[in-house]
Amino acid sequence: MAKPSPRLRALILGLGYAFLYIPIFVLMVLSFNDSAMMTTWTGFSLRWYHELFNDRALLEAARLSLLIAAFTATAAVVVGTWAGYVLARMGRFRGFALFVGLASAPLVIPEVVLGISLLLMFVELSDLLGWEGSNGAFTIWVGHVILSMAYVSVIIQSRVRDLDRSLEEAALDLGASPVKVFFLIVLPLIAPALVAAWLLAFTLSLDDVVIASFLTGPGYTTLPLEVFSRVRLGLKPEINALATIFMLLVAVFVVIANHVQNRKGQP
Amino acid sequence: MKPSIARAPVAWRRILTIAPPFIWLVLFLLVPFLLVLKISFADLQFGIPPYTALAEFKDYTLSVVLNLRGYALLFSDSLYVATYLHSVKMAAVTTLCCMLIGYPMAYYIARSEPAVRNLLLIGVILPFWTSLLLRVYAWIGILRNDGLLNNLLMWAGMIDQPLEIYRTDLAVYIGLVYAYLPFFILPLYANLVKLDVRLLEAAYDLGARPWRAFVSVVLPLSMPGVIAGAMLVFIPSVGEFVIPEMLGGADTLMIGRVMWTEFFNNSDWPMAAAVTCVMVLLLLVPLVLFQYGQVRQLGMRGGRRNG
Repeated sequence: MAKPSPRLRALILGLGYAFLYIPIFVLMVLSFNDSAMMTTWTGFSLRWYHELFNDRALLEAARLSLLIAAFTATAAVVVGTWAGYVLARMGRFRGFALFVGLASAPLVIPEVVLGISLLLMFVELSDLLGWEGSNGAFTIWVGHVILSMAYVSVIIQSRVRDLDRSLEEAALDLGASPVKVFFLIVLPLIAPALVAAWLLAFTLSLDDVVIASFLTGPGYTTLPLEVFSRVRLGLKPEINALATIFMLLVAVFVVIANHVQNRKGQP
Repeated sequence: MKPSIARAPVAWRRILTIAPPFIWLVLFLLVPFLLVLKISFADLQFGIPPYTALAEFKDYTLSVVLNLRGYALLFSDSLYVATYLHSVKMAAVTTLCCMLIGYPMAYYIARSEPAVRNLLLIGVILPFWTSLLLRVYAWIGILRNDGLLNNLLMWAGMIDQPLEIYRTDLAVYIGLVYAYLPFFILPLYANLVKLDVRLLEAAYDLGARPWRAFVSVVLPLSMPGVIAGAMLVFIPSVGEFVIPEMLGGADTLMIGRVMWTEFFNNSDWPMAAAVTCVMVLLLLVPLVLFQYGQVRQLGMRGGRRNG
């Protein structure tokens, strides 16, 4: 049998996961440190959590970010699912390579490139239309939809490909219109992927600094912008507390989601 | 299949299905990229927008002015050239490190028992779902002069002076590898998990030693995964801004930072656009390589279903 050496395997995976997780644990421990200097441990304390929840600027930024993230995720799932379905089911068409290229470009293209190009588009647009109404939240929303729809279309595309095509063909043979087939057959079958894609788009929007920096307007400071402006020059204890809450929420959530998915998989 | 009466509406339906996302992508991705190219040839001016128009129609004459100031500066100023080279070097070293750490990890995850594999996979995916900004920030507490790493090493008696890591290139390398490692592991894992183990067993049966079997069977078959992962690491690293800004020193030259400074600190939009265009030009080969892989993967599998 071709079995890999267990000792080497344990060593490599152990070191690899330590590298991925040690920084997060260090941050979590530091968030409970009473000292503001953060160099020495002076005792357990929840004071940074207390300060976090009394920090008006951070809370206001979090509210704006959650709002933009929710709108982003919803729009990105609609457009991204459409694009993903075209990628999976339409075969080749004229301009297919361009379509694939544009749909997947935001996965790799540096964020500064996306940021400046979208900003210039909005500037030219307002120049062209004499349109003054571009508010920061709206432009950030558009930018985040562009970024996250690429991830959505990748997820949906691979899920649709795995579907058994005969179900769709049977419905078509029985006289259902393609639109009806999409909404009654395809959508319910890919529902878990839709939820996963929505959540990924949500977290991408909630995390973005670069695109938001280009597209924001006066008075629209998202959470990452606020956090970034504070930590640019070093550690800030209240941000440690914020990060800890963030990571724990995500960890709990992912574990539950995985549990639910596994239980469904084994009826 | 349905008879030919349905053919005409089907063609229309196809167009109506494909066109909306296509138009959306062209409008919000292709057109903005072309605008960056356009404005890189504009000149700086005071006002809104802070750059001149390229074409002007006056007295029945259409005059087009292409301003090459930005490009001239980019290629004559050695600082810009050095920055581009340094960015590419940093991204290349990052990609190499991700390969060295990520390949064995992806391989051992793919070869684990299904139950363990699922758990290990969550371990790689979880960082995706947490804030990159906060995870990079977490390194500051470890790498600072009075941070965890230096305290640990001094306590162990391995050094007497704290190592200067925070605010150096080394810290940026650590941050880049850390941030992009999952992007390398996941596509490679997806490739390796589909590998037919019987091929490996056949190699063993024919007397190949483990290393030989790996090099001549597993490695070649996993190349598409390696290339996909490498591009997902290399391309965004070249233009990375947040990581060098948070962990690097003032002298850590990266092109994303230079572009940021031109745009936000100097308000020189045409220059920032020129820096961006040259960056994309530099990334053209890896970008084409990445896109080719995407098209081939989609085209091949789609073709099989249709044929």
